[in-house]
Amino acid sequence: MNVPILQMRGITKTFPGVKALQDVTLDVNRGEVHAICGENGAGKSTLMKVLSGVYAHNTFEGDILFENEPCDFSTISDSEKRGIVIIHQELALSPYLSIAENIYLGNELARNGWVDWRKTNLEAAKLLARVGLSENPVTPIQHISVGKQQLVEIAKALSKEVKLLILDEPTAALNDEDSDHLLDLILHLKGQGVTSIIISHKLNEIRKVADAVTIIRDGKSIETLRLDQGQITQERIIRGMVGRDLESLYPDRTPSIGEEVLRIEDWTVQHPQDHSRTVVHNASLNVRKGEVVGLAGLMGAGRTELAMSVFGRTYGRAVSGKVYKYGKEISTATVSDAIQHGIAYATEDRKHYGLNLIEDIKRNISMAALHKLAKRGWVDKNEETTVANRYRKSMNIKAPSVAAITGKLSGGNQQKVVLSKWMFSDPDVLILDEPTRGIDVGAKFEIYTIIAQLAAEGKAVIVISSELPELLGICDRIYTLSAGHVTGEVPIAEATQESLMHFMTQEKE
Amino acid sequence: MSALRESLGFLTSRLRQVGIFVALILIVLLFQVLTDGILLQPQNVTNLVVQNSYILILAIGMVMVIIAGHIDLSVGSIAGFIGAVSGVMIVHWGWAWWIAIPACLLVGALVGAWQGYWIAYVGIPAFIVTLAGMLIFRGLTLITLKNQQITPFPAELRALGGGFLPDISGGTSVLEWLTVILGVGGTAAILFQAIKERRVRRKFNLENEPMAWFAIKTGFIALLMLSITFLLASYRGTPIVLIVLAVLVIVYSALMNNSIFGRHTYAIGGNLHAAELSGIKTKAVTFRLFVNMGVLAALAGLVFTARLNSAQPAGGTGFELDSIAAAFIGGAAVQGGIGTVAGAMVGGLIMGVLNNGMSILGLGTDYQQLIKGLVLLLAVGFDIFNKNRSSGGGSAIGKRFKLKTTPPAGAETKEPAQDRPVAVPAGTQQKSAVRNP
Repeated sequence: MNVPILQMRGITKTFPGVKALQDVTLDVNRGEVHAICGENGAGKSTLMKVLSGVYAHNTFEGDILFENEPCDFSTISDSEKRGIVIIHQELALSPYLSIAENIYLGNELARNGWVDWRKTNLEAAKLLARVGLSENPVTPIQHISVGKQQLVEIAKALSKEVKLLILDEPTAALNDEDSDHLLDLILHLKGQGVTSIIISHKLNEIRKVADAVTIIRDGKSIETLRLDQGQITQERIIRGMVGRDLESLYPDRTPSIGEEVLRIEDWTVQHPQDHSRTVVHNASLNVRKGEVVGLAGLMGAGRTELAMSVFGRTYGRAVSGKVYKYGKEISTATVSDAIQHGIAYATEDRKHYGLNLIEDIKRNISMAALHKLAKRGWVDKNEETTVANRYRKSMNIKAPSVAAITGKLSGGNQQKVVLSKWMFSDPDVLILDEPTRGIDVGAKFEIYTIIAQLAAEGKAVIVISSELPELLGICDRIYTLSAGHVTGEVPIAEATQESLMHFMTQEKE
Repeated sequence: MSALRESLGFLTSRLRQVGIFVALILIVLLFQVLTDGILLQPQNVTNLVVQNSYILILAIGMVMVIIAGHIDLSVGSIAGFIGAVSGVMIVHWGWAWWIAIPACLLVGALVGAWQGYWIAYVGIPAFIVTLAGMLIFRGLTLITLKNQQITPFPAELRALGGGFLPDISGGTSVLEWLTVILGVGGTAAILFQAIKERRVRRKFNLENEPMAWFAIKTGFIALLMLSITFLLASYRGTPIVLIVLAVLVIVYSALMNNSIFGRHTYAIGGNLHAAELSGIKTKAVTFRLFVNMGVLAALAGLVFTARLNSAQPAGGTGFELDSIAAAFIGGAAVQGGIGTVAGAMVGGLIMGVLNNGMSILGLGTDYQQLIKGLVLLLAVGFDIFNKNRSSGGGSAIGKRFKLKTTPPAGAETKEPAQDRPVAVPAGTQQKSAVRNP
């Protein structure tokens, strides 16, 4: 019965300085739905890119056997020829083309170079029927919902005579109804003999569809759990995902926590484009003077969306809820309002949202509070340089001078410039979104020390992080988010990786 | 050896600024030879200044708009429209010049506010709004003038275009002394300022400019200023419009470097999202930039009308292209965030010398346009080429600093050779064109 369709052996993939995958093994049987589970950044997507030929066969080590034949793909089209199709989290559809055109994009049904529209639309309609989508094939993609677009992607995969369908977080962008429909379709296709690999960390989904679960952690395959052996339970999966060691060092601190500084109540945010999705549901949380509060959540939990919508409505639409500072309600409808009320938000994406990469260090540091350096609209450049030099020293920014261009600094030093910028705006509350992402270990410790110091100075700090050990190492209290809901509030004394992951994967009633 | 390498490395990092300056000098020398010395005759230098003044005024506003990541295609039409308005106000209604000029600048501000509203608050790309503006204000120009030129203007207004500061020696001296005083005083002020700034940079340890380079650069600028002074003084003295232009350059350079407004403009062009998330009111800044552009376009329109002594239906046609070219030749980046007022002035002068030199040679507009187009293409192409080379041909920023570690020695030897294409093709085109007739 259990006939292997795919065997991946000893897959090791390195990027400059990082081992993304290390000796990974994956066995998938014909006709099963195989889930891959792991924390953010564990290496799930990398593994699928290796499998589908996004990374050419000579850029990684290890062997792939598909239907008992070795695979050496150089491009995606090589893997598609063998019947392996990957559907990425970000859908690859052209919004202005019709459903049928999208399905046959790159594989046009043509005669002598001219598209056969009759055949294209007819065949597309047949495929749409197979995925249970009742739309006219000539409808432009932009006029159908994201959930239906996902189905079009699957129809496109079917048009390529797919044997192994890989779905990377297929329900991340879908509402509940669409998610259910999609999962049903996966089971339906399974009945027709299509094997699927589904990357997901939504445990209810996995329980619903998966015959087997492989857990990836820190680039290694930990174990494969099988349904027929009764191994797929929430406890087993969570234990596999978080069994990470707490080796990194964190600075010692004795928190002295004072009065409440910021309180957010009943915060609800809708997705900016897809109005059927609510990204944050009635979230309430608070942070006190001198306290470091963590926000834990998996991909799509709504952490960044929550933070950015509070910080000047820079994310989402139809934002509702109340923000209180020192017990008084405040408005944070624009970024400058938020800054004036002493809130700072250091983004998770410093290159696109945090820094002006073509400018130097001092001008980046002064950017959010230029008025503090100016008299009647004219900037005192000497004062600016003095300030920048002060931060260069206190934050240990490694650069020849404050006139160095930020685009040329390392990730850790760029992050220190971002932090300096916000510290100079003299906030009472700092929201730090993934403050150590893409930073080497040494610089991470420095960032932790800075966070500890900010708290010691009486600032209220909110840290958003995907690394649970990091949150356990620096926070006093941790909120967990799951699918836009605050599912838990755990004091540090009671928090463990397992207990947090429990809340992070908790489904709503 | 290491000192040499260091200064070569410095020159490499400033290749663009050095290159543009060298290009200007080469073009001047080329035309000086080709025109048998007519180019640098006192009368022609004076003409050059007056003829280009309105393009340079426009280029100041244009480079600011480009730094913010926008573009303005309508400035030529706005200049023409304001010329027409001034004609109606002064010639038809008999307004005094000191009422009419502020009134015209106010109309320019309103025109800018109109366009700024659509761009900043409605969110229509500047390219579209100002393309529409180009048609709208050309149309309004024709309507205002009823398709006929308005002339003549009173002497007070004409002075703005073709007038000179009074000759204090009463025409008895070979050199015009007021010009000499202004020129020498200005040069001294520039030297003083440069030395002061260098001292401040040194104090804060920001200095990365080798002393020799600083001396050569500052000395050269001083020499240039003094020679222009001498040439102007031996003709009719200082054109009034040059004073206007000098004040604008000083004020706007300071504004872009030292004011909150200027710094926010760079921040918006450098990374719009980061600027927004830093609390910068990006829409208000954009709106003001276009209001400012409208005022400067109005001023350019007044100067142009004053110089021709007539408001014409086609007045200002093509100014937008010359001023945009000036900004880009002067080092502004198409993506925004980079550019200087001074650079735009040098860029404008390059275009001006090309125009003037080719006109003296009797080249038709056909060849003039061909050559100016090639110069613009090469100048910006050189920028892109330079950037790709220093970033290893990739788009990722990660690649940019990886390449930083490659030994500079190999790159250095290439620099001087690559420095030339900006100027040389213009020259070669030029020669072949001359041989034809």
